[in-house]
Amino acid sequence: MPPAPPITDLEQLKNHPAVARLLDWNAAAVQGAKFDRDEMTIYVDRGSIREVCALLRDDPACPFNFLSDITCVDWYPAEPRFEIVYHLLSILKKERVRLKVRLDGASPAIESVTSVWPGANFFEREVFDLFGVRFTGHPYLRRILMPEDWEGHPLRKDYPVEGYR
Amino acid sequence: MGHLTATPVVEPGQDRTMILNMGPQHPSTHGVLRVILEIDGENVVRLMPDIGYLHTGIEKTCEAKFYQQVVPLTDRIDYLCPLTNNLCYVLAVEKLLGLEIPPKAQWLRVLLNELTRINSHLVWLGTHAMDIGALTVFLYCFREREEILKMFEMVSGQRMMTSYFRVGGIALEPPLGFFDRVRDFAGYFPEKVDEYENLLTGNPIWKMRTKGVARITAEDAIALGATGPTLRGSGVDIDLRRDMPYSSYENFKFKVPVSQEGDVFARYMCRVLELRESVEIIRQALDGMPEGPIKADAPHVVLPDREKMKTQMESLIYHFKIITEGFAVPAGEVYQAVESPRGEMGYYIVSDGTAKPYRVHMRSACFGNLQTLAKMCEGRLLADVVAAIGSIDIVLGEIDR
Repeated sequence: MPPAPPITDLEQLKNHPAVARLLDWNAAAVQGAKFDRDEMTIYVDRGSIREVCALLRDDPACPFNFLSDITCVDWYPAEPRFEIVYHLLSILKKERVRLKVRLDGASPAIESVTSVWPGANFFEREVFDLFGVRFTGHPYLRRILMPEDWEGHPLRKDYPVEGYR
Repeated sequence: MGHLTATPVVEPGQDRTMILNMGPQHPSTHGVLRVILEIDGENVVRLMPDIGYLHTGIEKTCEAKFYQQVVPLTDRIDYLCPLTNNLCYVLAVEKLLGLEIPPKAQWLRVLLNELTRINSHLVWLGTHAMDIGALTVFLYCFREREEILKMFEMVSGQRMMTSYFRVGGIALEPPLGFFDRVRDFAGYFPEKVDEYENLLTGNPIWKMRTKGVARITAEDAIALGATGPTLRGSGVDIDLRRDMPYSSYENFKFKVPVSQEGDVFARYMCRVLELRESVEIIRQALDGMPEGPIKADAPHVVLPDREKMKTQMESLIYHFKIITEGFAVPAGEVYQAVESPRGEMGYYIVSDGTAKPYRVHMRSACFGNLQTLAKMCEGRLLADVVAAIGSIDIVLGEIDR
């Protein structure tokens, strides 16, 4: 049984608490949304990610107050190359939402959300370490898993699986 | 020599403080955690965990494997709860595929997951107590853990790296006598928990070392990304098994232990009570185990029975195709989270429609929990750092991946 096709029409999805809240705040920050396999994805404008996170965290109706995860997907050689993926959880409502920001391949950078959740610290360092995406405003942006003097970013698609030998 | 000088250098902030490296080879850091401490006498001024000593690039390796070949890799992430990781991964792939899993397979998964939770908590309890100085508990815990490992060996042929779950079901029917053995274990295990509690819960030395130590508030725990008993010990009532059920957990009745104090003792109590609740779930799983197949009816994904392969051409063809070229998974992405013994274990899998995952990301519970360590320890005594590390139950394999 193949899964149902994803819904990408913003009109149909605007009843979701997170989508409604963001459209209400600034419709220009929402680049699109997708509902696929019971999971909600919102594409957010690159410049407003920190404000979006702070807004969703403090939303009185459905506070997405817990940051589960930050990671990245590399779509090399397509552009925009990187997708930064944020998984938020509402402990009160038991809801999840996924935020996505698309970044270009040339010197990718995005604002850090450590001021919203201090726990974003390690996750952003991991993305910086393995993908080479810079987080502006991060308090301690250094490699976390690889050695400090490692060259390259191993999880990029143009980095060979067996490494450089 | 380059890599030696390139580790983070921390300069003491004041004249009277000094930098102390705890780990990476220190018995109470549970593996290869390095904690950089700035201390003023016995007091911790600043604490910084340094991780990555066990990084093996599993996420990168996954991208080069077929979907079914990733299952053994997931065992190696968290070597104390391999079946939880197996479950989380196969659930994510099944969600991508849109597969329906037969009830018996789901219940068996629940049963084995709770055994895994007990196994993991026993190792935690033994080592945590040993860190603080109660050596005897370790021997008691490993006695029962041995029985669980033997049960794992019975079903999967492996004591630790079980790789027992498959996309679409379970590898094999459990052997004869397995359920009796589990029932036997579930019968006597609560008494054993009483034994551990007799040694610790009322013990004045244990209480002095744990009560009021390494406190963290609910707000801080949430902001720093803590999950599982670390979060529930601070009074946040969330358990993914109950709140966002997966693999038919909605059919089980169990309590979620929550403590309000947020100290080492609170986290200890949460986990000890979880041991008892897990036994309850195992009992319910044994009593209500449905009959039926253990694999989904999806010949292009699930390997056929060996017997069928000898008589049916289609089975042989499917077997050959799955082994040699894997199975294609429809394009899309899922985030599947399960409640591992340490908290929220999540797999984020992106598929591009081929037989190999485009991206596998593991959200490990300890990675979030470890960030609370600085908050817990700063301003406290050096000896409390050991208690705090034990109380968040870290597994470095999961953190470094």
